[in-house]
Amino acid sequence: MSKTPNSYTPNEMMTIAAARALSNNDVCFVGIGAPSAACNLARFTHAPDIVLIYESGTIETKPNILPLSIGDGELCETALVTVPVPEMFRYWLQGGRITTGFLGGAQIDKFANLNTTVVGPYEKPEVRLPGGGGAPEIATSCGQIFITMAHKRRAFVEKIDFFTSLGHGKGGDDRASYGVTTKGPTKVLTDLCVLEPDPKSKELTVVLLHPGVTREQVVEATGWKIKFADRVAETPPPTEIELKTLRELHARTKAAHGEAA
Amino acid sequence: MAAILSLAEAIEANLRDGDNVAMEGFTHLIPFAAGHEVIRQGRKRLTLIRMTPDLIYDQLIGMGCAEKIVFSWGGNPGVGTLHRFRDAFDNGWPNKIEIEEHSHAAMANAYEAGAAGMPFAAFRGYRGAELKRVNPNIKEITCPFTGEKLAAVPAMKLDVAIVHAQKADRKGNVLFEGIVGVQKEAVLGAKRSIVTVEEIVDTLEPHSPNAVILPGWTIGAVVQVPGGAHPSFAHGYYKRDNVFYKKWDAIARDRDSFRAWIDEHVLRKGPDAFAVHAKRAA
Repeated sequence: MSKTPNSYTPNEMMTIAAARALSNNDVCFVGIGAPSAACNLARFTHAPDIVLIYESGTIETKPNILPLSIGDGELCETALVTVPVPEMFRYWLQGGRITTGFLGGAQIDKFANLNTTVVGPYEKPEVRLPGGGGAPEIATSCGQIFITMAHKRRAFVEKIDFFTSLGHGKGGDDRASYGVTTKGPTKVLTDLCVLEPDPKSKELTVVLLHPGVTREQVVEATGWKIKFADRVAETPPPTEIELKTLRELHARTKAAHGEAA
Repeated sequence: MAAILSLAEAIEANLRDGDNVAMEGFTHLIPFAAGHEVIRQGRKRLTLIRMTPDLIYDQLIGMGCAEKIVFSWGGNPGVGTLHRFRDAFDNGWPNKIEIEEHSHAAMANAYEAGAAGMPFAAFRGYRGAELKRVNPNIKEITCPFTGEKLAAVPAMKLDVAIVHAQKADRKGNVLFEGIVGVQKEAVLGAKRSIVTVEEIVDTLEPHSPNAVILPGWTIGAVVQVPGGAHPSFAHGYYKRDNVFYKKWDAIARDRDSFRAWIDEHVLRKGPDAFAVHAKRAA
């Protein structure tokens, strides 16, 4: 793919939009894949002091390349400290010390509930996905949740096949009925747009469209009748420094993982 | 006191058909050499417990060693599906397997409760999550002091724990460094245990007074297997072989290529074959 300074892929726009959502004061519980790229891009650009925590127990980790697994050596070698996994989930996550959890998923519904378990019925699935991992408790214990995933009709569905992790439940005040006091998903960052839950109904609403993306594209890529905010702005395009930093991060990662994957 | 044994002796003496066994290590220090020995000895009907089944259980499942898998995240990290796990679950090849699925927090809490000799673990979990509908081992309890509703899961009661570590001394005291996962909890919560190590040394000194050390009297058997965690890694010894994790996808996708790989790299080899990985630079 040719990349002039002004051209970028939808996936790069998604990662950059996700990185921008993070602040320098965040303590962030990082999932692997797109969330990990976004969190480290934030750290290499506008949020140098952001605290990144991976569920393998690594606290304040500063990887120079993106890890393939949630517990690559790079994460431990660059961490302030590495704690046992039970301590990670009990003292740090359950203890309420994480401001922002970053999740992805295979399916999401209009209230930002996520499925990473199965497509089809649980007992006899059409597709057996990896499962919840840390997500069920990340979703309820972090101060707020950002979700980043590619915007596809098969992923943005009217009804998810399995409730792996809680978003806003059935909408409105439903999330609180499970005894959960954290905010839940406050932003969903895709390769087409940025969505936020409506303050009252908690239904995901498009608030930003990425440059060049039309409303029709978003409608087409969403399995429910998607709502748009009264005023939808355009996402500022990637800056030169954001693109350069992200591409260098991916290039270092590919070189370190030993192939042009 | 831990017995210092060969790998074949340690598996022979400690692991029986039908046992509940956890071969733990959270992406790090995964006891692959020990898993291969279990395949060579042809153990059957095992309940295999691991937070992340990883390639080690894909291999054991594909060779018909497993009857049930207890897990919380079942993929090839950063790569995709565990094809042998899927083939057994979907198609019963080479045999049907049962699954018991949890979240990471539940498994971590259950290991800790096992080490502490508690009957169950309580934690703030599974809220609004559907796993409790399909897993009868997830219950709800009420805090007797505050009235808060909490999740409860049974403590991990293991017949056998098998883990890998960096070093043991000649008395079988074992030092773990880096991502220490749930290894200590698994060993302390098991009736029998095997620890494979990169090297056996005269003394673990010098080490921090707070180092993660399991005394030899808490461990059944210690086995020296340099490189024994490959393709996972041993902090301070060798890196994770991410290229192999990616290659595994093609090897395991097909039953014949999987069997051919196992034949060449497991059945026709012994633990010494892992030594080459220990020589790669950390």
